[in-house]
Order: sequence, then C-alpha cells, then structure tokens
Amino acid sequence: MTRERLLNATLMAILLLFPLYAWATDEPFLITLTTRAVILAIAGVGLNIALGFGGLVSFGHALFFGLGGYAMGILAYHAQTYTTLTDWPLTLQGTKSMPVIWIIATLTSALAALAVGALSLRTTGVYFIMITLAFSQMFYYFAISWPTYGGEDGLSIYVRNGFPGLNTMDPIQFFALCYGLLALILLFTARLSRSNFGLMLGAARQNEARVAAIGQRPYRLYLIAFTLSGAITGLAGALFADLNRFVSPVMFSWQTSGEIMVFVILGGVGRVFGPVAGAALFILLEHSLGGLSEYWHIYLGAILLGTVLFARGGLFGLLAGRGQPHD
Amino acid sequence: MTDPILAISGLSKSFGALTASRDISLDLRPGEIHALIGPNGAGKSTLIAQIAGALRPDAGRILFAGQDVTALDTAARARLGMARTFQISALPMDYTVLQNAVLGALGQRGDVVRFLRPVLRDTDLRARAEAALDTVGLLDARNTRCAELSHGQRRQLEVAIALTLRPRAFLMDEPMAGLGADGTRALTTLLDKLRAEAPILLVEHDMDAVFALADRISVLVYGEIIATGTVDEIRRDPEVRSAYLGDDMDEAAP
Repeated sequence: MTRERLLNATLMAILLLFPLYAWATDEPFLITLTTRAVILAIAGVGLNIALGFGGLVSFGHALFFGLGGYAMGILAYHAQTYTTLTDWPLTLQGTKSMPVIWIIATLTSALAALAVGALSLRTTGVYFIMITLAFSQMFYYFAISWPTYGGEDGLSIYVRNGFPGLNTMDPIQFFALCYGLLALILLFTARLSRSNFGLMLGAARQNEARVAAIGQRPYRLYLIAFTLSGAITGLAGALFADLNRFVSPVMFSWQTSGEIMVFVILGGVGRVFGPVAGAALFILLEHSLGGLSEYWHIYLGAILLGTVLFARGGLFGLLAGRGQPHD
Repeated sequence: MTDPILAISGLSKSFGALTASRDISLDLRPGEIHALIGPNGAGKSTLIAQIAGALRPDAGRILFAGQDVTALDTAARARLGMARTFQISALPMDYTVLQNAVLGALGQRGDVVRFLRPVLRDTDLRARAEAALDTVGLLDARNTRCAELSHGQRRQLEVAIALTLRPRAFLMDEPMAGLGADGTRALTTLLDKLRAEAPILLVEHDMDAVFALADRISVLVYGEIIATGTVDEIRRDPEVRSAYLGDDMDEAAP
C-alpha cells in the first residue's frame, strides 16, 4: 500500500468513526459538524476536477454550489407550500424526495457549467478567473433581487427532504447518506484520474501544444471537465442546503467560491482525496479557532499562506509525497 | 513517380512588414527525407507552424494525404496522420515515458471521453506505445518520469510519440537540437530507419546529419525557397553556397 492510499484510508476512517463515536456518546452537534465537512468535501472534489486535473482556476464554483442549493430550496418550497412550480407549458410540482432533488440539482449545475464553460474557456489565465467570478456574481445578485424565493433572506425549509427507507432528520442517518455519496464520487474521481479522459486532460494541463499535436482539442477536454466539475459541486450544494434546511444568496457569493478553492489548496491540488483532507481541516479550524476569536479567518489566512509558500502539495504533498505515476 | 503525401503551393505569410514566407512551394514524397535548411531567421519555424496548422497562412494551399487541409486546425491535421515533433520538447513532464507514448496512441485512436477504465490497462494502446518506445530505444526507461529524462532521451520520446500516431508523414523541427555527437549519430540512424515508416520533412541545422539523411534538400532564405535538389545539386549550387553554406564546404554550418 502506498503512503497516499494509507492516507486516503485513514482519512475516510476518521471521517466515519468520529461521527459514530459522537452518535454513541449522544453528541448530535458533532455528527452535523462532520456531515458539513463531508458535504464541503464533495464540493471540493468537484472543483478539483477542473482546478487540479485540468488546471482551470475557476473562481466561480459558488455558482454551481448555489444552483444546487436553490434547486433543492425551490423544489422543497413548492412542495411545502403546495404550490406548483410552473403551470405552463406543463404543470410541474415541487418535491421533497432527495433522489429527485439530487438529480435535478446535478443536471442543472451541469448545464450551467456547460454554458459558463463554453464562454469562459475561450479565455485563459487571469481572465478565466475573472470571468468565472463574474458569472457567479451575476447569480448572486440575481438571487438577492428575486423576491419569489426569499431574495436576500433566503428560503427556509421546515422539514429535511426524504430518502426512501431512511429518517433523514436523524443526524447519523443523514450523515451516512452524505458519506456514501462522497465515497461514490471519490471512487468515480479516482477512476477518472486514471482513465483515457484523465490522461488526456492532465496532458492538456501540462502542455496544450502536445495535445493538439496528437490530434485532440484542449478546449473540448476542458469543457467536459468543467461540466463534470460543476455537476458534482452542484450536488454538494443541494446536500448543503438540506443539511441547513436553508438556502440563501450567500451560497452564490465569491467567499463561497474562495472557501471551496481553499479546501482544494489545503488538501493538495490534483490529489483525489485532497479536498477531503482540506475540507476536514477547514471545519476543524473553524470549530477550534472559531471558539477563540470571531476573526479566526486570520489564522486560516496564515495557514493558507504557509501552504502556498512552503507546502505547495498541501496536506497530501506533505504527508504522502509526490503523486505516484499510477499503473 | 507516386503522388506526394504533402504538397504545399504558393504559401505566403507576413507579420506586418516582415515577410516570413514568400510564395513557398514544396512537396514530400513517399519514402523520402526532405530536408529544409536555411540560416537563422529564414522562416523555417514559421513554415513548419503553417504546415502543422498552428499558424494560418495569408495565401496558398496545403494538400495532405490527398486532402486540402489549409482550413483545418492542428488537431485535425494530426488525426490525418501528420506527426509533428517540436524544436523545444513539448512533453507533459509529470508523466512517465510510457504515459507519454500511450497518450499519443490514445490521441490517434480518439476515444478520449472514457471515464472509468484505466488507460494503462488498455492492451491495444499499451502495445502500440511499447512498440514505438522500442523503436526509439526507450523501452527500458518506460517508468521514468519525463522530468527526469536527459535531453537526448526527451528528443527520442518526441519521436516515439510521433510514431504512435500511425503517421503518414513526419514533420520534424530540429530533432537534433542540443544533442551531443553520440546523440546526433544515434538519432540519425533512427531517422534513416523511419523513412520506411513514413516520409520526413526535416528541419535541421546539423549539416552532417542533413547530408547523411536527405534525399532532397530545400534551402530557405529570407522566407523564400532559393533551391531544391539532391544533396549533390545543393552542394554545388552557387547561390546556396553564397547565401548559406559558405564557400568552405569543409566547415560544418552552424
């Protein structure tokens, strides 16, 4: 077993055992805290496909996170108020079913990522960063100014959405759902990184001229990666909104984009499990340092600076060394 | 004589007042090595860039494998079998030698949008990659990261990737650049073998290699082809001697 695999297994074991311990000792708050880390990890894993594998520095992933959140919020809002979503051309009802919400959140975010990507990927470097930021800000202000769904105040959902056979209001059961989804998405991402697509995408990140010279178009690879990336982050947004039973324009804000990026950088850019480590560390810091001072972000800033200056591979680079060329 | 694989006619390209290519016509026939020589700044790299599809010419036509490719981009030309090597190695440095070669075969095969199966377990891709590595003599280094290769090995890998593309023509931009005497000799032997695989349009500064390999030579000066002919014809051409080779033929050109 390589060190990276050992680290992956340890990380996943901690994320599983900690809430089980909290459950046994009746500390529901700690379960919820871990669930939060797991959901944010999914958002980070999504961003990592664009940022880590494709080298696409998206500063607009809050857009997909928020879209996922609002997909859940809007569907559940209509279900709880017994109103229809639209009446024309056909009548659409809201829903309180998690699987349906997940699918809609994922597809909506994927479509948005396809459209945003198709336009943004015509630029590179700092322009790409700025244009993705601009798109997410558009949605932020749109959400603020749309009174139907709460505007600036956001939307509250009274009861968490349902999953067949589970009581999702029970923290440990909702945690199990989120953990299962994270595991599935990690499995997919790990396979992706070794697949035909993963090899070609990584080559485009390293050398676009080479990719063109062997008959492939980097733009197309980037667009597919960006779409997958947005879809996964969107799913995380739906889960996040369900965790809080609340969705607000803050999910669209640039601070959210920044936080998702911080998970990836802290954990290790381009490492499959990196964002999981990053999100867990982020929540740990928020919880422990947040108790010390309201201004805990200053410590986070220092850690981030240290990571960027001295440990560019993040936690994974520090603990597992350079990524192995895999077979 | 068989039809040329690559035929360029009337190609022109200017950057403002500077004419980099002036009405260039040349062709590449099956089985030959056609060398393109000329002093620095003659427009060799600009010409290669236009043939490969990285630069759009202002005028002229490029026929490749019986098809007008003037409007096609680099990727489309590569898919038709135009295998280019770069003057400055363009390799994904984090990848191993094997990954680089598999990458080439995958790019050629084209089934890139596959997310789940490990690419290195694909026996077809792997066989093609290993065959190409074997040809250039890099099979033993297959698990070395590209960043750790010597300069000479990187030049070999460039050629190996071109080989994985099922090439119908090679476009080689100074493959010997920066190689020592041994490296140049080894690569010369290799290119000599490769012409059976597909013809080579060879841009090269090393005159020993050019004279040893070329079936025909075209001389490019100030964006214009001033002569095309066999090695002997070019050696004797007075215009070429004054423009480029210098009168003292014992001295290798820069």
